[in-house]
Amino acid sequence: MRYHTPTSFADAAVIAAAATGTLRFLAGGTDVLVQMRAGVVQPDDLIDLKHIPGVDEIEQTPDGGWKIGIAVPGIVLGAHDALVRDWPGVVEGMNLVGSTQVQGRATLAGNLCNGSPAADSVPGLIAAGATVTVTGPNGSREVPVEQVPAGPGRTNLAKGEVVSRITLPPRGKNGGDCYLRFIPRTEMDIAVVGCAVSLRLDGDRIVEARVALGAVAPTVILSDAAAKAIIGTTLDDAALAALTKAAQAEAKPISDKRGTKEFRIEVAGVLARRAAKIAYDRAKGLTK
Amino acid sequence: MSKIHVSTIVNGDPVEFLANPRETLLDALRNQLDLTGTKEGCGTGDCGACSVVVDGTLVCSCLMLAAEANGKKVETIEGMAGEELHPLQRKFIEHAALQCGYCTPGILVAAKALLERNPDPTDTEVRYWLAGNLCRCTGYDKIIRAVQDAAAEMRGAA
Ligand SMILES: Cc1cc2nc3c(=O)[nH]c(=O)nc-3n(C[C@H](O)[C@H](O)[C@H](O)COP(=O)(O)OP(=O)(O)OC[C@H]3O[C@@H](n4cnc5c(N)ncnc54)[C@H](O)[C@@H]3O)c2cc1C
Ligand code: FES
Ligand code: FES
Repeated sequence: MRYHTPTSFADAAVIAAAATGTLRFLAGGTDVLVQMRAGVVQPDDLIDLKHIPGVDEIEQTPDGGWKIGIAVPGIVLGAHDALVRDWPGVVEGMNLVGSTQVQGRATLAGNLCNGSPAADSVPGLIAAGATVTVTGPNGSREVPVEQVPAGPGRTNLAKGEVVSRITLPPRGKNGGDCYLRFIPRTEMDIAVVGCAVSLRLDGDRIVEARVALGAVAPTVILSDAAAKAIIGTTLDDAALAALTKAAQAEAKPISDKRGTKEFRIEVAGVLARRAAKIAYDRAKGLTK
Repeated sequence: MSKIHVSTIVNGDPVEFLANPRETLLDALRNQLDLTGTKEGCGTGDCGACSVVVDGTLVCSCLMLAAEANGKKVETIEGMAGEELHPLQRKFIEHAALQCGYCTPGILVAAKALLERNPDPTDTEVRYWLAGNLCRCTGYDKIIRAVQDAAAEMRGAA
């Protein structure tokens, strides 16, 4: 295995494009090292991205959005008060990943690019309308997060492409978001279902909403139908019932050892309802 | 396979060694540096027996390559006691917060990292912080009590 430590994304992309065997990028390594250990993946080339300047930084943009370096670990996101105030749902998703020790290493970019349908930070990023900068040998492009996952363990990144930054839009006024997952334990488990909701209010009425569901399809999904069910409403009982139904209709899960198909569909509705209520209260400034 | 030159500071001492690209920090600590206090329980990030602190952050040394430690400061269980045992170590003995002891170095390193951030945690905070440290023997209760007792003593001393 060749271990590379490029100092720019352009160099990383060139090394990646030239690689002929199995290639992995190394951010926090909490997926890569487990897969190497298990023998599932034996990279011929491993490109450590942590020597690239700026990858460990969180920066607010002039318009009020956020640029997050691809090597910022969960524990640093959780300790960033201003970011948590703007996007509590994004941060709480990432902070659910693993233990304290895993939080010390694990990143948003790694969680996204590992391609798990149950990745805990991805629904929050999608609901927030986050984008990633993808850098390849021929330059960079901006991609909405929901377009990155292609299926379990696969992404739509082309050969030689690397995620070089994550961008959260400006939160703006009267907005709130939330991520909830269901696991049978209280810690250290993989989501049976996850759901994130981000919304904006005008008075009591929801004027914008995005709803994302995890672990109920081959990728995390953005549900327009679930968002439509609550836009224009005050999140009254009728809206919550419509949201439940829409989220359940969108869920196309499989049955496995962690939950049956029927159970996952049921829980998708429950979590959508609860996450929407929390996001709504946060948008009103009633809770943090 | 060409080896990678790694230069780090372990428990305050500068250390240099040659690592295989695939070698974990855990394996390097145990096999190259003879620091066998750090244990391997699972090798996959689940048990916390391999916990060490790298540049101030608590991590699993089994989930980090030795090559990634280049230029960093690593703290292991061997650096915990000075002339005398650390209060956490003493309280673990007093409270019998260990049986086989395999999980203990990792739990001590993790608990020390917690008390440095939060000198007065609630029981729930201790339990969540240590959720990635598995113990098959004690049932955890004595561990929580030992951590809290050490925290109280350290607050008193400060
Ligand atoms: C004990 C334990 C518990 C866990 N619990 C959870 C959990 O509760 N929820 C959850 O969602 N996950 C969990 N995970 C999985 C893992 O921690 C997360 O997916 C984490 O966010 C991965 O980030 P990383 O930086 O460690 O990724 P890495 O392991 O460094 O990389 C993961 C993948 O992404 C690719 N990659 C990384 N960075 C980039 C980039 N910038 N551009 C392109 N590709 C890139 C790599 O090639 C690799 O395929 C757990 C893991 C462990 C060991
Ligand atoms: S050996 Fe590293 S977490 Fe178990
Ligand atoms: S004392 Fe035996 S594993 Fe904890």
